[in-house]
Amino acid sequence: MKRRDSLKTLLVGTVAGATLGSTIGCKTDETTTTEATNVAAETGLYGRTPKEIAHDNKVNTEVYLNEHELTTIAVLCDIILPATADAGAATEAEVPAFIDFIVKDIPSHQLPIRGGLMWLDGEANRRFNKEFIACSDAEQIQIIDDIAYPDDEGKKPLMAPGIKFFNRMRNLTLTGYYTTRMGLDDLGYTGNYANVWDGVPEEVLANHDVDYDPEWLAKCVDQSKRMDIAEWDADGNLLT
Amino acid sequence: MQIKETPKEYDAIIVGSGAGGGMATKILSEAGMKVALIEAGPFFDPKDPVTQTQMKWPWESPRRGASVNRAFGDFDMSYGDWKVDGEPYTQKDGTNFLWWRSRMLGGRTNHWGRISLRFGPTDFKHKDVDGLGDNWPISYDDVKPYYDRLDKMVGVFGSNEKRYNDPDGFFLPAPKPRLHELYYIKGARKVGVDVIPSRLSILTKKLNNERGVCFYCKQCNRSCNAYADFSSSSVFVIPAVNGTGQVDLYVDSMVRSVTTNDEGKATGVSYINKKDRKEYQLKGKTVVLGASACSTARILLNSKSKQHPNGLGNSTDNVGRYLHDSTGAGRAYFVPALMNRKTDYNEDGVGGMHVYSPWWLDAKKDKLDFPRGYHIEVWGGMGMPSYGFGFDVSSLNKYIGGAIGGYGDKLRKDVKQFFGAVVGMAGRGESIALRDNYCEIDPDVVDQFGIPVLRFHYKWSDYERNQAKHMIDTFDEIGQAMGGIPMGERAGKDKDWGLLNPGQIIHEVGTTRMGNDPKNSVTNKFSQLHDADNVFVVDAGVFTSQADKNCTWTIMALAMRTSDYIVDQLKKQNI
Repeated sequence: MKRRDSLKTLLVGTVAGATLGSTIGCKTDETTTTEATNVAAETGLYGRTPKEIAHDNKVNTEVYLNEHELTTIAVLCDIILPATADAGAATEAEVPAFIDFIVKDIPSHQLPIRGGLMWLDGEANRRFNKEFIACSDAEQIQIIDDIAYPDDEGKKPLMAPGIKFFNRMRNLTLTGYYTTRMGLDDLGYTGNYANVWDGVPEEVLANHDVDYDPEWLAKCVDQSKRMDIAEWDADGNLLT
Repeated sequence: MQIKETPKEYDAIIVGSGAGGGMATKILSEAGMKVALIEAGPFFDPKDPVTQTQMKWPWESPRRGASVNRAFGDFDMSYGDWKVDGEPYTQKDGTNFLWWRSRMLGGRTNHWGRISLRFGPTDFKHKDVDGLGDNWPISYDDVKPYYDRLDKMVGVFGSNEKRYNDPDGFFLPAPKPRLHELYYIKGARKVGVDVIPSRLSILTKKLNNERGVCFYCKQCNRSCNAYADFSSSSVFVIPAVNGTGQVDLYVDSMVRSVTTNDEGKATGVSYINKKDRKEYQLKGKTVVLGASACSTARILLNSKSKQHPNGLGNSTDNVGRYLHDSTGAGRAYFVPALMNRKTDYNEDGVGGMHVYSPWWLDAKKDKLDFPRGYHIEVWGGMGMPSYGFGFDVSSLNKYIGGAIGGYGDKLRKDVKQFFGAVVGMAGRGESIALRDNYCEIDPDVVDQFGIPVLRFHYKWSDYERNQAKHMIDTFDEIGQAMGGIPMGERAGKDKDWGLLNPGQIIHEVGTTRMGNDPKNSVTNKFSQLHDADNVFVVDAGVFTSQADKNCTWTIMALAMRTSDYIVDQLKKQNI
């Protein structure tokens, strides 16, 4: 059976037990996994209740950040996560759109983000007599380097609001990025598909100072018999 | 407003469709009883693609799963959490009890941790050991046959370990430990803490032809569309409704009270249909309450009549009292040896831990300054990112002398090198049931259906505080032994050593506790009200004491036992 078919059955069918038996040994293909999941998501939802749908619709019609703020956020996002040889930049993963949504959805972000952006423009004006996005790359980085690291010894007291703001921007950018397909791929995350767990691979164990002890393994599932219906003797010993 | 009555008389009216109500529905309907099942929330089936969250990706939620609408995040399968719209509860005397309510078919079983631990012989008779609390009126031997049936009926993986107070059973085989769990095993063994395979009601092997087998997505809290984990909706209620033809299901129906006759016996229930906001009555020969410990207490206390002026079952003022939750405290460790780990394999496993530490000490022999034990749950691994992922990730550099902060390639490197390098432990312990910890009716407040709400009064004692200190001491020992560095500030005495709020572990029990003496208990050993013999309780309200275990497996074993008893008594026409 093709993996995509099996996953469709998994997602919509009740005979998943029988189906899963045939997925053992199938090669995992994340692309088809995504497509298969989206079959279930064709409702355009992610399992929402009517009240939650109404909440999302309301948030989506609201406007908080203005164009200048979003443009500045896009510049900051790509300073925080620029493109690499293997992965796209934060804007390619549509992180600014995520931030635009999340500040409306979690209003406690609003004032710190808005005020922080204004602080940044103020600092750029003070140093270079122009707003942050009008600064050259070198000028922008000069400011960023002053706010991208903690100042535990209080050597730069005037930078404190900027440090706080940049920390929040960094957090939201990382979350916004690593919760996308691009981010998961960059991270090397390989979960969230149907599979048969049969322990940590040998080569991984070899990298760590741990091992499976045989006594423990004897209590663990023999995955070749997982589709055999369980039967026990009177003392609770598994027979199948 | 005229109350609408239905002429039909059911053999049993079951209130609540969670672990206890679901079990009662299954047993009574299969025995040929005519059953009405009333659920306060909507219909829910884990395999309905419209409501399904299992296997969704983080980006399918615009907030990436953040907990704006659901306390445990967008993908958690619970409708309702610490707050339910229009249904408040109140506190008194500085109490901050947290009360979780899931309003949906199957209740909290749709998202629970599936940790399925039998109580042991000591757990039913702990007063004999330390003189505290009360013994149950039943023993392990009374419940063992039901635990045995339950293991085979619902399925639970684990291992037979010949531990006196963690009894053996009929287990499906356990999943192999994950990498961080191997670290935990090593650390725990080094400091003399026992570790065994965990016991979760997840099918690692085929149990029957009706349910699927686990496909290791780690998302049991999202409810399984293959029915490979236990939810009361998928395993009990939906098959009973579809299969037996004996069950009338009333969803979105909020029970206000149990109705009684001149002899003080129950005649049925009165409920509000949430859709039309009108009051209805159903008639039944028996009423089986499985609304959850506190909701059942609320219904009983709101069931006042001439025969039961203090509320039904409350002639001796015990309903709502002896409320107790499991204790909880936790701590996380950064494990440098887990840095830069290989990520190119799927380590999701089952939802929840593959290994755990059952209580391994003896309060007397080990001279502990607290009487009851706890078990340790372990978490970690390469979890799927969601809202919050990457927050302050760079600060972990402080443990390895790296530079904190920055951006660009340096930041990407931080994210990757620290992924999966944190291991956490959580203790879940037994508290002592106290008469003065209780829920009661708030005389001043009603919910949106006009039903008086609960008010909580709850204080921890030094037994629980000292136990929490022991937990975090032990976590630190294990953490160190597995090469970990404790993260965050260690809670001190001023913060009760990190002891969580009562209610927060969502194991609240004891409000209609069973006992032989009606003066200090609400139900008898069959979970039957002392004050009305055709009213039964099948939720955790009947627990005389909570153990250092989770309560669900015992809720279901007792609900099965009580349901068998109801069938027997109805057939004999005793009730």
